[in-house]
Formats: sequence, structure tokens, C-alpha cells
Amino acid sequence: MSPAPAAARIHICVGAGGVGKTTTAAALALSLAARGERVAVVTIDPAKRLAGALGLRELGGEPHLIDPRRFATQGIELRGELWAMMLDPKRTFDELIGRLAPDERSRDDVLANRVYRELSSAVAGSQEFTAIAKLYELDREGGFDAIVLDTPPSRNALDFLAAPLRLTQFFEGRALRALLAPGRIMGRGTGIVFSILKRLTGVDLLTDLSAFFLALSGMIDGFNERAAGVDALLRRKDTAFVLITSPEHEPMREALEFALALRSSGLQISRAIVNRVHSSGEASTRELAGVLEPRLVASIASYLEDHAVLAERDRLAIERLRREAPGVALTLVPEMAGDVHDLAGLARVARHLELQEP
Amino acid sequence: MLRRRLLFVTGKGGVGKSTVAAALGLLASRRGLRTIVAEVSGRGDVPRLLGGAPAAEGAEQQLAPGLHCIAIDPQRALEEYLADQLPLRSLAELLAGSRTFGYLAAATPGMRELLTIGKVWELAQPARRAAGAVPYDLVIVDAPATGHGVAFLAAPSTFAAVAQVGPVARQGLRIHDTLTDASQTGVLAVCTPEEPAVTEALEVGAALRSQLGIEPAGTIVNAVRPWRLRPGDRGALHAALAASPPTGAAAAIELALAEDTRVRSQRAQLRRLPERFAQLPFLFSAQLGPAQLEALLPALGAARL
Repeated sequence: MSPAPAAARIHICVGAGGVGKTTTAAALALSLAARGERVAVVTIDPAKRLAGALGLRELGGEPHLIDPRRFATQGIELRGELWAMMLDPKRTFDELIGRLAPDERSRDDVLANRVYRELSSAVAGSQEFTAIAKLYELDREGGFDAIVLDTPPSRNALDFLAAPLRLTQFFEGRALRALLAPGRIMGRGTGIVFSILKRLTGVDLLTDLSAFFLALSGMIDGFNERAAGVDALLRRKDTAFVLITSPEHEPMREALEFALALRSSGLQISRAIVNRVHSSGEASTRELAGVLEPRLVASIASYLEDHAVLAERDRLAIERLRREAPGVALTLVPEMAGDVHDLAGLARVARHLELQEP
Repeated sequence: MLRRRLLFVTGKGGVGKSTVAAALGLLASRRGLRTIVAEVSGRGDVPRLLGGAPAAEGAEQQLAPGLHCIAIDPQRALEEYLADQLPLRSLAELLAGSRTFGYLAAATPGMRELLTIGKVWELAQPARRAAGAVPYDLVIVDAPATGHGVAFLAAPSTFAAVAQVGPVARQGLRIHDTLTDASQTGVLAVCTPEEPAVTEALEVGAALRSQLGIEPAGTIVNAVRPWRLRPGDRGALHAALAASPPTGAAAAIELALAEDTRVRSQRAQLRRLPERFAQLPFLFSAQLGPAQLEALLPALGAARL
């Protein structure tokens, strides 16, 4: 049984790239704030204009309060508060190291480590991990009624859920201990392994890697605790996943994969939002003959034909979603003319979300 | 565009990278180039688009005459690399089978990217690593969604910088030299004519310049909607609406106006791009498969990139 969104405190928006996930996450947060909640939305990579409109680029790393007057101009009155931020993975990870390090020296060792500095964009660029880490912090310390999390487009469904677990598994493994003390033979091959590695990679890399993992090892307990905390957070009754998709084939396929994966992990889906839906309406060129010149009527007819193909495609896709994810409340957001990547667009999407709230 | 050995197709998630990569593969094979399209994310989009079924990771699969595909498997790439680098097979197997080494490889940031791009590079070599492996004229890579795309390309030089000496460093530099040689490698930026996608395409260009010192080989704009109205038509449509036509007719006019608005918005986005770009039409179709890719070939073939 999914909790109604009103009862959900944490809304994690998942979905393929390019379906409007970030905009929809922001719109969802806006609709909650309009209703009276104190909401924080963590965005990953918002469109420049949206980021500009929400003032996100000025302050990275922490949520800041959006001036309600910006939305008043769109006819939306915020009874609560909307806080927004853009995830800064490098900064979040540095801060995490800072929090988990047992002392300043350890923290500095990691931050100064060559491997960390050169490769940390890959680690920090594990946006999945830092998004979850940020969520955890905001939940514990932020004092928000609701948090909406945007997620990065992932290779696999639930990549970001696996990230903390992978880290924990590594830290718990005997492999790490072997790595930190290459002189000690843990198994027959270990000494040989390291001598080969030295030959292949050069001593410097190996030394720096060892130093890197050594410096991190002081934080193992902290990482593990956090990973456990994050896992608990994801399974709470008031945490819900929001599936965001468009009716196109690939995004829909990914959405169904997400739904399946979430279900088998015992996680809750509160709703699915389908963006950019084309609907067949009553449009017809039948009575246009006398009203407009033939060339224009023909152009309009072509537009209608194209539109009908998409409307039928979308209808079938939505039917499939209903069939394969039964019990998930669907919200359909129509295809909108013009750009949605600004405050006006955000407000329009928010209204649709509100109108069709499960 | 197709004169190089390696083509990377980059772009924001959802813009149609796989579609463009597959269509380019089809085009190249039709021109007589022995081509392979490599997927990095393992989603199987490319074989599906070309009418085939996804094969096992790491396997080179033929889809059409002269056209192959592969889903790169970093673990397998690692095993191949070790087998190549280490003098004794037993050593290579020891390393590949070692849990310690496995954890190290999995935990080292950027390792996955390095192994993947190493495999891509190997596919493009005139002399292949495995005995009997036939060389390709062209390798097209369906690259990770942009944020990871440039970091992916920078992995070899990053590792070379950290390692400094030894085979990994040398290999890293060799690969880096290939990637930054415009006669051998091209990076294409794909976008749709929408603000976030165009912004990312522009940012890829900037990142390629600053991190790798190369220019994008070209930009491909996908899913461009047709412009069916002429200047002045909007006025006629609004006038017709003002005369309160029947519901069906009004809805039709409104739809046409909305479509026109979208097209104008798209054109405005196109103006943000650097001068030379190819445009691919939006495909009004329920499916996306071989027939639809065929529809894209004329525009791709004519692209002067």
C-alpha cells in the first residue's frame, strides 16, 4: 500500500534522462509549498533559465529560501515555504569527508591525497551517492516538512540506491585490509598481486591508492553508519518514490523497470507522472474549408495527422503503464507549447500535479 | 565526419544519442565501412534500434552487412588488458581472479571509465589484440550522458597523470593521443532544440576545449519539428478564431498555433548553436526501429560535418 503523497515526507523522483524530471521535481515541491508545507527540493542539473529564475546558481550546496513573490506573479500563493538547491557533488563529498573524519588531520589527508584530488570528480561525480548523502543530511538536520529529491539519469534502475551499499561492502571486505598492508600475506596470491600491480601501474599510483584508502579507513564506521541510516530512510513509511516519464518508448521502458525494481526491493511508489502527453481532442479540419485558404487548411491537416500519430502512441504507452504498474496513481501532464523551463512553465506543471493529486 | 576511426556521440540524456549512433552506423556500413557501434551503458538500445536483440556483454555482434555492435563490459575489458600486458597467462588469470584486485578495480574512481575507453580504443586499432579479430574501419561510441561524457574521455590522461610511470601511464598517454588527434577521433554533440539540451551541447564544447584541447567535430540537432506556417499565417488563424468557428475547427486552429509556437521556440534554440550543425527531423511514429532510422539517413548523409 502506498502512502498518499500528503503523508509522504520524502519524495524521490526517479526516471530516465530527458523526461522533465528536474522540472517536475521542482513543480512537485512548488505544489507542496503552495499547500502550506515547508519544502526543500534538491535538483541535480536544472535548466539554466529555471536555475536563474529560482536563484540556484548563486548559492550551491545548501538550500535557500525562494522569494514567494516570484510565484505570486504566476498567480500562485505559497502558504508554506519553498527552499531549493542545486547539488554540488564535489562540495557535498568534501563535506561528507569533513563530517566523517575522526580528526582534522585525517580529513586533510584525504582532501589532499592525489588520488582524491585527481579522481574525486569520478567519486564525487558519483552523483547518485552524493544525492543520497544530501537527502540524509537534510532529513536529519533541515527541519523540513517535505523533501523532494531529483536524481541523476542512471545507467540502471536504482543505481543510486546501490551506491552506499557498495561502499559499505568494500569497507567491510578483507580486501581492503589486504590492500592497506600489502606486505602481510592474506592469501597465497596477494604478494604476487601487488608486485604485478607495481609493475603495471608504477609504484606511485599504488602508494597513493593505499594512502587514499588508508585515510578513508578511519571513516569506515562513519560510512557504514550513514549507509545504514540511508537505507532505513529509504524504507520509511513516509518515504515514497515518484516515477517520472514521458510516453516515448525508451523512457517508458525504463519507468517500468524502475517500478519493478522498486517493488522487488520493497520500496513504495506514490505516483507516476507522465509528461508531454498528446491527447486526441476534437480537432478537425472539416469545417475549416470556407474559413481559411486551402494551403492553410492543408498545413493544419498535416499538423493534425502528426499529432494523431503521437496521441495514439501515447494512449497505448499509458495503457501499458496502467497494466504493468497497477495500483500506481497516474498523473498525465499535457505537452505544452513553448518552453517549460522557467517559472511560468513550472507553475503550469504544478497546477496539473495539484489537479490530479491521487 | 565518417573519415575518422573513432566517433563519440555525446549529449544530454534523452536527446537520442543511441538513435543517432545507430543511424550513423547504418550510414557508414552502407558506404562500405566496416563499422561497430559500441554502447557503454549496457541498455541494449542500439541493437534494438537496428532490429536485433541485445547480445551478451562484451560480444561483438553483427546486425547487418558491415555493421556490428558491442555492449562494453569493463570486467571483460580488464581481463583482455591483463592478458595482453602480462607475460604469462597464469599471472593474468591470477590477477583477474583475485578478489583484492577486483575490489581495487571496482573501488578506484574512474577505473570503469578507463577500462571502457581502453576497450573502445582497442576496437579502433588497425591491429587488433586477439588473434583472428578483424579490424574495423570505424568505431562509433554511444557515450554516457554528457556530465560523464567528457570525464569519460579524460580518464586515460587523468590516470596517466596520477600513475606517471609504467605501462598504465604509457597506455593512458597513447590512448589520449588518439583521442585528441582530430584526424583519428571526432566528438559529436547531439541535442534536441530545447534549452537544457542545447546548453549541455554548448558546455560539452567548452569542456572538450578546456580539458582535452579539442574542438567538437560537429553538432547534430535531433527531433526538429516541421515548420508548416508562413509569416502572416498566425494573424489569419487568430482572426479565424475570433470569428467563433465550430468547436472542432477551433481546436484544430489552436493546435496549429500551439505547434507553431513550439517550432518558433525550437528555432530560437537553434540560433544559440555554433554555425555548422546537422538537423534531423522529428519522427512522427509509434515505433523507433530500422524503418525510422532509414528516414534519418538522407539528412545525416548530407550533413557537412
